[in-house]
Amino acid sequence: MVSEPPAVGARRRAGRRGSGPPGEPRAVAYLYILPGFLIFAGFMLWPLVRAVGLSFYEWDGLSLGVWVGLDNYRAVFTDPGLRSPFVHSLVLLAFYSAVPIVIGMALAGLMARGVSTGSGLRGLGFFRTVLFLPQVVTLVVVAIAWRDIYAPDGPLNELLRALGLDALAHAWIGESDYALPAVGLVGTWVGTGLCLVLFLAGLSKVPRELYESARLDGAGPVREFLVVGLPALRGEIAVALTLTIVAALRTFDLVYVMTGGGPGTATTVPSYEVYKRAFQDGEVGSAVTLALLLTAVILAATIAITRVAEGADR
Amino acid sequence: MTSAIRRNFVTRAGILVSTVLLLAACAPGSDGGDDDDDSSGAEPTPSDVETNVADMGDITLTVWDQEVRGGQARQINQLNDAFMEAYPNITIERVSRSFDDLRKSLRLAITNEDAPDVVQANNSRSDMGAFVSAGLLRPLDPYAEAYGWTDRFPESIRAVSSYSEDGELFGEGNLYGLPQAGEIVGVWYNKAKLDQLGIQPPETLADFEAALAEAKQAGELPIQYGNLDQWPGIHEFGFMQNQFVDKEEISSLGFGVEGGSWTSEGNVQAANTLQDWVQKEYFTDGFNGLGYDPSWQQFAQGEGVFLISGTWLLADLEAALGDDLGFMLPPVGETGELTVTGGTGLPFAVTEAGENADAAAAYIDFITSSDAMQRTTEAGNLPVVDAGEQDVSGAQAEVFDAWATATSQDAVVPYLDWGTPNAYDLLAAGVQDVTGGEMNTDDFLGSLEEDYTEFTAGSAD
Repeated sequence: MVSEPPAVGARRRAGRRGSGPPGEPRAVAYLYILPGFLIFAGFMLWPLVRAVGLSFYEWDGLSLGVWVGLDNYRAVFTDPGLRSPFVHSLVLLAFYSAVPIVIGMALAGLMARGVSTGSGLRGLGFFRTVLFLPQVVTLVVVAIAWRDIYAPDGPLNELLRALGLDALAHAWIGESDYALPAVGLVGTWVGTGLCLVLFLAGLSKVPRELYESARLDGAGPVREFLVVGLPALRGEIAVALTLTIVAALRTFDLVYVMTGGGPGTATTVPSYEVYKRAFQDGEVGSAVTLALLLTAVILAATIAITRVAEGADR
Repeated sequence: MTSAIRRNFVTRAGILVSTVLLLAACAPGSDGGDDDDDSSGAEPTPSDVETNVADMGDITLTVWDQEVRGGQARQINQLNDAFMEAYPNITIERVSRSFDDLRKSLRLAITNEDAPDVVQANNSRSDMGAFVSAGLLRPLDPYAEAYGWTDRFPESIRAVSSYSEDGELFGEGNLYGLPQAGEIVGVWYNKAKLDQLGIQPPETLADFEAALAEAKQAGELPIQYGNLDQWPGIHEFGFMQNQFVDKEEISSLGFGVEGGSWTSEGNVQAANTLQDWVQKEYFTDGFNGLGYDPSWQQFAQGEGVFLISGTWLLADLEAALGDDLGFMLPPVGETGELTVTGGTGLPFAVTEAGENADAAAAYIDFITSSDAMQRTTEAGNLPVVDAGEQDVSGAQAEVFDAWATATSQDAVVPYLDWGTPNAYDLLAAGVQDVTGGEMNTDDFLGSLEEDYTEFTAGSAD
């Protein structure tokens, strides 16, 4: 690299950097971030590089790996067993992200209106706490509880039968038409509380006068929310979208505990497939490839949301 | 851009590319290779192995087992205590997990440098077979000779824990583990309900189907079945196969060797009959959404006339149903001969990485001794050997008789998920789909046949 003398321009630049303002040796700055960088590199960058390396191999996790080039990547797009998990997580996106945001917004709008009109909504704190509670409970516990709720003789079916709706009773997580939505609804149940609390916080920033002036101008409750509340929530919506989309894409606990990917392969999701391939089937290369693609998708989604939210702010 | 800067960029890019290539060239698993060579170079001979436990010094023996159900957990705890009492220099650290959890975490644990000394590994190719081919388990042949296991355990029992050294051949070669229990998948039945219906325990398929129809008509649940956990379905299909497929063919499919076909007429009949029974609603309503444990617990509470499952439920079912519990071998079907899926409980194996191989082997000898077999019996389980010498009654006697009949008639066929590395996944998902009406039997058997022929062709090279 230094076998040849550098060109004039380069040398001048190097000289300029050396003669910076006194008392400010810039190179030292790198030393300050070194400890943090080492931890980041050791626990994030190195595993990532290793993972990329592994994705070019067919490896059972026990014996010597075999170089297969891009075959693992190709398989994700051609093998239905690898493609369908991504399709399933698209379905889950609606349940984890879209529905909780809509419900959360409606509830937050209702509650905020109760406060702004001074009609004194009783038990607001109670409802807020109850709706947020699923967020606090470990997902494994949530999953075990819902597995029982969905059981053929579980509370849900008992309720339907008690109402005389026997025809609607199903083995919810045992029938491939219902299993994925059933898992998704648990995600909705968990995510709604988070969205609600986020949106309530956002709405509390809105001065009461804005509502009043909208009301004086003759706006009904819905219009009032659309023109006053909604614009104030842009930042919160971006946060809620990011959190819920990431949660949807990396769903694991619910599927692992509730269905194990079944019935058949009706509820396989990327994270579960990664786990199954790496630790159960001994297909580490394929698992790592899937994990990397999942990381890329999550990263892209997060960047896109941030971009849109920031763009709209300007 | 000056030429120097460009050159600089090219150099950096070059370094980056070569670094990545170097990283990529470092094949995963390559650092484990040296250990294999070392160990296989110095295989102990019978005269080398130490069998005097008291002389081994203070040792902590880590044992991973899956004996979590009531009766099984009790007997293994008793045996561990007895072993530590007999040899105070040994401390046993027991880690117990359910079958599912053990199966998943073992792969990580066994490649770790702190690997447990003794592990209970599933006999299948994707578990024990993979461990053997990666050089992670110790061949026990020197110990087998030193402790006389070769005489004590019949060939058929040792076969299901034997692999060739490269892990390619199943059912022959080195011995890698010993089981405590025997097990077969038969038919549990509720005697009180059969009496009510006025039916004798059916011995042929025709009688069995008649009994199912009669039970259904009387408003009883004919077969208690829960397949949310996916693996019980494999046994349900195996039970069907027992009636329609020759035992030689089932053995070929189960051991993953040439000579069978998943698309044979018998297998098609077996799959169709399973679907037929689903349509006749002989199984628990919503069985694909019902867990295995809740399912047999329902049977224990008197819901269901029959339950197709393994002898491992003996202790738990007998505790609940008492004298009302009965057990019988699968009825004899179209093949005209008795066939029953089964083999042994999960064998206890010794890891290559564990440092206390001698103590580990002594432990395995201890938990499979005559004394241990008696304790296994007392705990309500089916001992893999000495079953004929135990003093038992009730349902336990029926299970022991069934085991004796099955082994003496050479009627035992291996579990279907042992055959190929993909067999478990294909069967687990496939049976759910076939019984759920999501897949036709041709596609189900076709996927298994494709996997099987591909595997047997590959391993024949």
